[in-house]
This record gives sequence, C-alpha cells and structure tokens, in this order.
Amino acid sequence: MLRIELEPRATASHFMRWGAPLLALLLTVLVIAPILALAGLPPLETLRIFFLSPLSSLNGLSEWLLKASPLILIALGLTVGFRANVWNIGAEGMYTIGAICAGWLALRYGDAGAHFWLLPAMMLAGALGGAAWAAIPAFLKTTANTSEILVSLMLNYVAALLLSYLVNGPMQDPQGLNYPQTALFEPSAMFSTPFAGLRINASMFITLVAVPLAWLLLERSFLGFQLSVSGAAPAAARYAGFSQTRLTWISLSISGATAGLAGMMEAAGPLGQLTPVISPGYGFAAIIVAFIGRLRPVGVVFGGLLLSLLYLGGEAVQMSLNVPASLSRCVQGTLLFFLLAGDVLILYRLRLRSP
Amino acid sequence: MALGLDVAPDLDVASRLELRRITKRYGGLTANDAVSLSVAPGEIHAVLGENGAGKSTLMKIIYGAIQPDEGEIFWEGENVVMSSPAVARRLGVSMVYQHFSLFETVSVVENIVLTSPGRFNLPALAMRIKELGERYGLPVDPYRLLHHLSVGERQRVEILRCLLQSPKLLILDEPTSVLTPPAARRLFEVLRTLAAAGCSIVYISHKLEEIRDLCDNATVLRAGKVVSTARPKEVSAADLARMMVGTAIAAVARAVAPPDPEQAPRLEVRRLSTSSEGPFGVTLRDIGLSVHGGEIVGIAGVSGNGQRELLAVLNGEIPCAQEAVLLSGEPVGHLGVAERRRRGLAFAPEERLGRGAVPDLTLEENGLLTGHRRGAVRGGLIDRGTTTLFAQNIIEQFDVHCRGPAATAASLSGGNLQKFIVGREIGLAPAVLIVSQPTWGVDVAAAAFLRQRLIDLSRHGAAVLVISEDLEELLEICDRIAVLYQGRLSAAMPRHATDIEQIGLLMAGVGLSAEAAA
Repeated sequence: MLRIELEPRATASHFMRWGAPLLALLLTVLVIAPILALAGLPPLETLRIFFLSPLSSLNGLSEWLLKASPLILIALGLTVGFRANVWNIGAEGMYTIGAICAGWLALRYGDAGAHFWLLPAMMLAGALGGAAWAAIPAFLKTTANTSEILVSLMLNYVAALLLSYLVNGPMQDPQGLNYPQTALFEPSAMFSTPFAGLRINASMFITLVAVPLAWLLLERSFLGFQLSVSGAAPAAARYAGFSQTRLTWISLSISGATAGLAGMMEAAGPLGQLTPVISPGYGFAAIIVAFIGRLRPVGVVFGGLLLSLLYLGGEAVQMSLNVPASLSRCVQGTLLFFLLAGDVLILYRLRLRSP
Repeated sequence: MALGLDVAPDLDVASRLELRRITKRYGGLTANDAVSLSVAPGEIHAVLGENGAGKSTLMKIIYGAIQPDEGEIFWEGENVVMSSPAVARRLGVSMVYQHFSLFETVSVVENIVLTSPGRFNLPALAMRIKELGERYGLPVDPYRLLHHLSVGERQRVEILRCLLQSPKLLILDEPTSVLTPPAARRLFEVLRTLAAAGCSIVYISHKLEEIRDLCDNATVLRAGKVVSTARPKEVSAADLARMMVGTAIAAVARAVAPPDPEQAPRLEVRRLSTSSEGPFGVTLRDIGLSVHGGEIVGIAGVSGNGQRELLAVLNGEIPCAQEAVLLSGEPVGHLGVAERRRRGLAFAPEERLGRGAVPDLTLEENGLLTGHRRGAVRGGLIDRGTTTLFAQNIIEQFDVHCRGPAATAASLSGGNLQKFIVGREIGLAPAVLIVSQPTWGVDVAAAAFLRQRLIDLSRHGAAVLVISEDLEELLEICDRIAVLYQGRLSAAMPRHATDIEQIGLLMAGVGLSAEAAA
C-alpha cells in the first residue's frame, strides 16, 4: 500500500508560503463544487457571487473594509499574546466592555454640543476598558496560576450579560419606547463618514496605524523577541531572565486594549448606539484571523480581509441564490480548514512511499 | 574501506545481525552511507563515532523505528525488513535508551507490565522480575515505586524490561552516562554474563576506555560512513580516538597556575538550603562553596542529586535567602536572573534545545537571548547588525559548523549547538561562569576544544564553576572538586589531592558525614 509521509524540510519553503493559500483555494473549489451541484446550485456562478460579487461595487468595498478593520485590529492584539502562548479567548468580552465605556462617554457628553476631545476620549475609554477587562485574567494567572483561556472565555458571557443589563436599565434610551437600546450617539461622538452613501468611516485609520506598530513590536522590538521566546521555549525565557509575569500582563493588556478599541470603533461607527448584540462574533473570528495570518502582522491583514469577504460572500449567496445559511457556512469552513492545514506544507513536504 | 564483513568473530554460528550497505538520507544529508556491519551471537560490538556520525540513525534502523533508503538487513542469515519496532521486538531485538521512558508514580512491575505482551498478571510478572534480577545480578524490588529508585536502579529496570523479552540482540545507547564508576563496572559484569549466554550486544558509546574494557569488536563511523573496524582490546584509546575524529586530539594546556585564592571569591554560596519543589525534587541542605577569580571548581555527582536545583538557585530562577548566594561579595540571593546577569554572571545549562537555545529561532536570535546587553538593543528595538556580528563572532571563534547566523538552533548537531551556547556565554566576558555538563554528548575534538576554552577563560581571571557527571573531565580541567550527593555538597578538594576512586566513593554516598549517608 502506498503510504503518505510528511517529511520535515531542511528550510522553510518560500514557494509554499504563497503556494499553500492558493492550493487551499483550489482544493476548496474542488470540494465545494460537487456539493453545490448536489444541492442543485450552479457551482461556478455560486462561487463567483461568493468571492467576487462583494468586491464589484463601491458599497461592497466599503462594507468589506468596514468589517475587516475591527477583525484586523483585534487579531493584531491577539497575535501579541499568542506569540507568547498567552491564550486570550476573551476578545469578544473586551470588545463589549470597550464599547460600553466609550458609549457611556458618548451618552454623557454627546448632547452638549461638539466637543473636539470627545472622540479621542472615547477611544481612550474603549482601549482602557478592554485592557481593564483583560486585567482580570492577567491578575488571576500571575497570582493564582489560573488558566487565562478559561477565565477570559467565561468573562465573555459576563460582559455580554452586563451589556444586556445596561441597555435594558441604566443606559436605556428614555425616549426609546422601552426597546433594549441606548439613545443614538450625537455626531460629535461618531466617526465621520467621508463618502456619502457609504458606511466606511475614519476609524479605518486606527487600524492602518496599528498594523505598522504591531509589526514594529513583533518583528523588530526586543519586547517582541521576549514574547516569542517565552512562547516557543518557556524554560529558555526563564533561563535568560525574561519575566513571565511581566510578559503575561503586557500581552493581555495589549490584546484587551485593541479589542476594546475595536468595540469603540463599531459603536461610534456603523452602530451609533448600544444594543444587546453589538458584535457578529468579531472577538472569536479574530482568533482565526490571527492563525490564518500565521501570527504575523502583515498576514493578519490578509486574514482579516479574507474572513470579512467570507462573511459578505456568505450573505450575498444567501440573498441572491437562496443558498441555505448552512451551505454558506460550509464554504467558509472548508476554506479555513484547507488554509490552516495547508500551512504545514511550509515546513514539511509530502512524500509518497511504497514499502 | 573495510566493509565490516571481515570482522565477524570466529564463532561457529553465522552472524546474528548483518547490515549490508545501509543508506539513509534526510533531504541533502546522508546520515548513513552504505554502512555494513555484522554482529555474531554472544558478541559485544561497539559502535563508535562522534556526534552526528550516524550512530543513532543506524540504531533506529536496526530497531525498526525508521526505514533505510537502500541496503539490506539479515537476521540469522535471512533477509528481513524491520518495518516497525514491533517486528524488531518479535525477532528478538531490544533497546535500552539513553533517556529512560518510565513512569515516576507507579511501581517497577507496573512500569514493566505496560510493555509486556501477554496477559496482565502482576504477581507472576513480579516473580519473573525477581528471578531474572537474581540470575543476572540486577536486584530490584518489583513493588517499589519508581521515584524512590536511583538512576542506576532505573537503568536496571530498563534492562530487566528488555531481558523479559528474552532478547537475542540488545542495543545500549550510552548506558554509563548516568552511572557512578562502581555501578558501571557492575553493569559490565551483567553484559558479559548476557553475552556469555549467547545474547549479542550492540554498545554505543564515546567513552573509549569502556569500549576497550568491554567490547570484542568496534565499528567506527564518521560522517555516516564506516571508516574503520577494530578490535578495541588490541588498540590504544588514542588510536580509537584518531579513527573516530580523523586527527589526533591535543591534550588541554594550562597556560599559568591559578592565581592566589587569597582574594575574595567571585562566587560564594553560604549555608544554602531549599525545600524541594514537589515530591520528585531534591532538597538542598546547607551547601557551602566558593569560587575565586582564576580558578575552575568542579561539582561531581550522579545527576538527580540536586544539580538541577542548585543550578536553578545559582542562576536566580529559584529565589533563596538573600545572604545564601554572593556575587563578588554582594548578596544576590533575592535577585532574579536578569539582575544577576547584569552583575557579571553567565550560565550555560545542560539542556541545549529549549533552555540554552530556542530550537526554531536562528543563531542570531539565540545570541540575543542572553547577549542583548551588549549594545544589541537600542531604544527597545533590536539592532540587526550588532546581533548578526555577535553570532558571527561566536561561530568563527568557536568553530561552530552551521549555515551561518541565519541557521536555526535546531538545525545544528548537539555538539555544535553546545559550542555556540558556551561560546555565547564566554563571549559575554563574564566575571562568573557556571557550566553544566559542558561536553555532554559532544564529540571528542569539540570536547577538548571546549575544555580548553573554559581553562583559558578562568586563566584570564573569571571564576568558573563546572557541574559534570564526567569525572575524567573534571579531573582534567578543575583546580578543586566537590561532590554533590543527595542535596549535600562535600568540601572542595584540590585536584592533586584526590583521584577518581575517592570521588567515585563520594558520588555513591560513601565517606560523607554519617548523617548524610543515613
């Protein structure tokens, strides 16, 4: 019988760095096309609408970047922690707390005319709120050796319930007919939308600035080096005297701050108010983005753009072809699976072997 | 080149195991290049070679763990394919690994039953273990828990586990690296008994005297090829070393005598005691030690007697009482690794991959691991130029064979990585250097080189502390030697006032204070 073996390469393959994602795309088409055909859908047309139609209009491009921006920002922060084996699964909660903090400022000061400082203050509040939420798992991990995975994960639900309580109670819009939502933010508490008719807004620049900063931190700074060492070989980090406590605090604070900032961007951007659900799962999707991006800042940009496209494409085929939601999820899942699995070919090669 | 076919001993049976032109390639590297050797029943056959010469690959091929690309294996005259360790075991091949794979928390017999075929019957198996142990002089109580056993006893368990399968061929990989000299001599007796009963033994080692003492034939590997075969008893250790390395080995040279030890010591340990971390750790008791600038002090002892704990305390990874450790006269017991390094401490641990170096990072980055204080970090950013230069210098000065500063640590052989790590720490120009097992698993030439560099460093004024299991090494380079046994340290004896016998006894716990030996 023919055996397939994975053989380590002497050096990482540069070809596969780019080839693996293309291969993943090809395999996805090969797997998905028959499934679509079985469901009675025209395979190529469906895939075209899935992957290309969202990008064929200005509004589509605007929506694409609008979704990609928070995903990229959160994933950049998570990458900092993942490099150091600090597994923050709580970005969703940090995002929520960031939106709440910023929203409180917007509602408290938004009505008294245009404050030039309001939006920067909201950004600060969002980032600090997210970081404060992340401080809980950081404190518990460094003092009581708890698992940051469990603590941060469970805090997601706490944050979601807190938001639900607030929009049903203290922060509820008095003129809102008892709907569970806050009042709409005033324009001074919102990002400007430079293109009429499009939802894309100025918060895009935050992500644009965050990418080179993250690159500098992860790829060029000594702190980034310490994080990588601590993740790849904890014993080597202890041996060299890199403080695990310090690195845990730093990485959780950074990932909390970026998630909180993303929450603020969403609240002060497309939402313009707080409602019980303010995230389509950005905090969880960003985990996938970080890994599709191979824990590198530039990769994360590509990963965020791709995942955002998958969201839009999934909606597009549901609307235009009546494709069931489960089938569009199937396409998303297949592509992500092949993308993540394909990366093994960078360090390994396949060998067919007959015994 | 000799093919090994002509060295079959004059026994009346044909060879038990014969390898014919075994070749194994990994990518561009040929680990075994047309290797042939043959082992007769009852023969003790040494496989000798430097690190990276291809010994481990060859053993794994014999044991069926990996498959050769070319070549044939004959077992008792029949061409066989060792497609898996299970197949090899069924034929009668057993292997004692250098690093044991035993479970700490369960008993001897429970450890062994895990790998025994047949029905699960603990009392019967315990009986057999006792019987076999008595027959071969390997006494072990089958019901004792593993973590109560010394390293030597654990090795007995490993060997007994192999013997239970009635092996026809036993492979031992550097078995004496964990034994005291008397325990090693007992092991040799066992192996001779086994061989006399007809079991073939393949013995991997780089300790030449042992091979001359024990083995009938030797196959010498260099760079994957058989370069020579010899009868070890008929040639000198120097001859064997020359075959293995290809050139003669220079003895270490001491340029000048150590300076006056009247000055204050650079490193001092006073009444250091720790409580053990967890049930399998060792408690350090009342340790006192001083190392002066210009001298090398050695700590001998079988590993597992507190070396790991002592090193972690000295490096600052485990805190201790402030006054228990002094660097250049100042108490540093309460300070962490970073602060101690800032004060001139350097340390090369025995675990190279994962502690001394990060496997997937480049040599450049691994130089940065402890070398970052030498101007390689400015304004929080890494200065690539300085980093590359630092790694490049280590590579050149310590003759590290690699593809340059961008090679990953994992791509280096053990010996070359060790040269890089020790080179890095020496390159920091430390006031105090602590080295653990400086030449463990390192080939003869590289070991001699590293020892010379340690001597040079000390003669330039640094205080050097060497912890090693290799007694000959300590006697060769150290000015004073102390012995660590069950968490207690003996007084440091001047090298000229002691010998391998006395230290060997101390290592076995004989001659320490009555309280310690109890």
